[in-house]
Amino acid sequence: MDGVFAQLRHRFSGMLRRPRFDLPLAGALFLLIVIGLMTQYSASDLDRDKAIAQGVRLLLGVLLMALVSRVPPSNLRNWSPWLYLGSVILLVLVAILGEGRGSHRWLDLHFVRFQPSELLKLTMPMMVAWYLNQRPLPPGWASLGVVCVLIAIPAGLIAEQPDLGTALLIVASGLFAVFLSGLAWWRIGLIIGSVVAAAPVAWHFLHEYQRNRVRMLLDPESDPLGLGWHIIQSKIAVGSGGLWGKGWHQGTQSRLEFLPEHTTDFIFSVFAEEWGLIGVLLLLALYVFIIGRGLWIAASARDTYSRLLAGSITMVFFVYVMVNGGMITGMLPVVGVPLPLISYGGTSAVSLLAGFGVLMSIHAHRKRVAG
Amino acid sequence: MKFRPIKDGRQEAALFARRAVVGFLVILILLGVLGVRFWYLQVSQHDEFQARSDANRILTRPLAPARGLIYDRNGVLLAENVAAFRLEVIPEQVADMDALLHDLQDTIGVSDDDIARFKALVKSKRSYQSVPLRLKLSEEDIAQFSVNRWRFPGVDVVPYLTRFYPKGAGFGHLVGYVGRIDAADVERLDASLYAGTTHAGKTGIERSYEALLHGQPGYELVEVNADRRPLRVIDRVAPTPGKNLYLTVDARIQEAGEAAFEGRAGASVAIDPRNGEVLAMISVPSFDPNLFVNGISQADYRALLDNPDKPLLDRALRGSYVPGSTVKPFLAAAGLELGLRTPADTILSTGEFFIPGQTRGYRDVRAGGHGRVDLVQSLAQSVNTYYYSLALDMGIDKLSDSMAKFGFGQPTGIDLVGESAGVLPSRDWKRERMNQAWYPGETVIAGIGQGFWVVTPMQLAHGVATLAAAGVSRQPHLLRATQDGIGDAPVAMATPAAGPSFFRNPANFDAVREGMIAVVNGPTGTARTMGDGFPFLIAGKSGTAERFSRTNEVWQHISQVAIERHQVLFEAFTPADSPRIAAIVALEAGRGGGRDAAPIVRKMMDAWLLDQAQAQVQAPEPGKQAGNR
Repeated sequence: MDGVFAQLRHRFSGMLRRPRFDLPLAGALFLLIVIGLMTQYSASDLDRDKAIAQGVRLLLGVLLMALVSRVPPSNLRNWSPWLYLGSVILLVLVAILGEGRGSHRWLDLHFVRFQPSELLKLTMPMMVAWYLNQRPLPPGWASLGVVCVLIAIPAGLIAEQPDLGTALLIVASGLFAVFLSGLAWWRIGLIIGSVVAAAPVAWHFLHEYQRNRVRMLLDPESDPLGLGWHIIQSKIAVGSGGLWGKGWHQGTQSRLEFLPEHTTDFIFSVFAEEWGLIGVLLLLALYVFIIGRGLWIAASARDTYSRLLAGSITMVFFVYVMVNGGMITGMLPVVGVPLPLISYGGTSAVSLLAGFGVLMSIHAHRKRVAG
Repeated sequence: MKFRPIKDGRQEAALFARRAVVGFLVILILLGVLGVRFWYLQVSQHDEFQARSDANRILTRPLAPARGLIYDRNGVLLAENVAAFRLEVIPEQVADMDALLHDLQDTIGVSDDDIARFKALVKSKRSYQSVPLRLKLSEEDIAQFSVNRWRFPGVDVVPYLTRFYPKGAGFGHLVGYVGRIDAADVERLDASLYAGTTHAGKTGIERSYEALLHGQPGYELVEVNADRRPLRVIDRVAPTPGKNLYLTVDARIQEAGEAAFEGRAGASVAIDPRNGEVLAMISVPSFDPNLFVNGISQADYRALLDNPDKPLLDRALRGSYVPGSTVKPFLAAAGLELGLRTPADTILSTGEFFIPGQTRGYRDVRAGGHGRVDLVQSLAQSVNTYYYSLALDMGIDKLSDSMAKFGFGQPTGIDLVGESAGVLPSRDWKRERMNQAWYPGETVIAGIGQGFWVVTPMQLAHGVATLAAAGVSRQPHLLRATQDGIGDAPVAMATPAAGPSFFRNPANFDAVREGMIAVVNGPTGTARTMGDGFPFLIAGKSGTAERFSRTNEVWQHISQVAIERHQVLFEAFTPADSPRIAAIVALEAGRGGGRDAAPIVRKMMDAWLLDQAQAQVQAPEPGKQAGNR
């Protein structure tokens, strides 16, 4: 009995002396979670149950982050192809027998329902990093071709669901890994050039209803009763917030129910209305800090696999912020991407925190410089 | 060891670091652009958006339409809206909700059910929205509350309209009921039309004509102050009430029939063969639909579920009955049409029938047989041997095909949800259901409506109505006319199109009808006394079936005395020469169709007579009025 306690004590003291968590990153995430819960509580009109439910989800996410941070990156690397294959198989299963309102995203395992597309947010960069890790870098056309296939299969399945936001994030995670692996600038230029050149040709082959969807995506205000109305109300919320904001739980736009989805995709509007430009800039600064810290951890990682994985996860985090912020300010089309760790909902928060768990693990196994 | 391309770790790390720096710079620039965008909206354009935010004080409030009323064919009210009062609470004006609920419970009596429902509703609404706590306050409750009102800030008595079914259980299954909109309804209904509506049709007519009964919602544009309190109504578009419905049923026939059941479990349907109008649709026992309108209590619901006679089962639409001898007129008609029999052909009934080459006997009801019988006598005395041999000559394929033309084995398509299809036995059905070949013995017993054959009362009544209309099938239906508002002329529904006649030779119909007349009026008929004193000639046929089908859920609970071990049926139409009503009655326990079921049919026909007498002198029917529009 005493032996067990001694062992436990030894373990805990070990953890305290040499924490697996990167404290600056963990501290920033904690701050973000606190801001998120406060904003939730305000946006849900002081609904304690909802705030607690979100708190429980985030706690689960933090526990998962702690769990993942204990897994050495070498294990992650060895598992990468299998995890990728498994999540793609789940995606195919969902396409065949999935359920969900209108779109097929959910897989019901009776004890838990989840979206396999969320798994891809981790397994996709893992797979691309695993593949590039075995190839001479910078990659040539052949490697690039393989990576494109690896990205296109799950991205196509997810876009079919249809979940454009998630498909976008997953494509981005694969491409970031390629970019970070040092793909030559002239190749990048050539690819972007040919995509731009191909766009009008693709447009020619689209059906009229598909074209209309693209037009709607690019110009939501042409539909003032549907998505366009969301954007207009969101801009009013943001704009009326001014420099200093209306104060916590003083935002009229969301409380009077003019702002739709004010706890999920449009939570940033509520935040901007209540905290003003000062609050927004501080929040953006917090995000910049997390991204910078993440890239620093990536650069100091031990091997190419860890570097690419950590770098890709961090840069996707930026995409969340940019796409959501662009949407609520009417700068980018309406795509369902949440504001990371602040929007209501469990699935994306859990997968984001698991991603940070990977970062923590990579940090713990970094190059022996600081010691 | 697998071959790996040569990699230069140090160079790759350096490459990565350069890329990470470039990436971070790009991210900084893009987030900078986002920051500038926020500055543009929040500082540069702030005044404009502040003005638009201030102007954003107009809320749209939906106004629920009044639900349409439901009448029988003569204007007897079956469903109406009555004014009632309910207790509502505005949560944000209440300091201590638990204490308030406790005090209210002491003052006017609020059940735990009410409180549980109230708490669930409060969560789904915003704190400034009023939430109903208790429905249907009595005058005494209102008086009690009014005296103590000062103690309850944020609580108010609010008038509202609630659905009421004056006929209660008599039309429980047919008219159905409305209930609070639940998750299943939300999927089914158009959210934009139901924004202010609390109740929707759940069963019966209330469900199937929900779209007509509900009406178009209106709305109010309300200006609110910064605390969301309404200041004034800016614009108001009144809701359009739902349409009033005139059903085809006659409340008198319905009630006379229901009373005649004297509580015995069973069902009855009466149809006008000329147009498919359903005159009565009875399922006994029934339930009081008013219980369901404002949420049925646990105890009441349990009582209905635990009742072995299953009052919630609509037997007319979903009951399963072995038709027995009631199929004989249909088979006789098919035999004549297929040229297998003439009316004069006779068969010798010896009391037992054998398939050639087999030893198993199929019995007649009368020991020793009925002797030589022609078609008329075969129906009058219900001679099984005649139909055993007819079915065998016909074969299961032709039998099944011709019975399908009378609607057996398929839903009639009546305008109610949840109708059963029954079972019309056929080779294909048996192969699909049991993966077994068809045996000739099964053809023989199909000839007397036994074996796998199962009908619903609605289906059998539709078959009889089709036969009575000289073989012309008309879709049974329950909606006769709609009316925009009280005082407006009702608009009749189109009469359903008639199908082709089953009879190519009208004389064949005459022969079958003669047999059915002999059932009620002949000296040997199985329902000899049923037509006594009735001004029109009645044609009918009894059916008595063994309740052998153990798998049938309807029967499972019944354990009754041996003497009532049959399910009994009777089918009839009148006047025999130009039928205007066809009716069937099915009882789940009885001694004989002619003895137990026929008297109920007679009582319904007596009630129908009253309507005929009145129709001579009464105002024009809704249909005629509509024709003048």
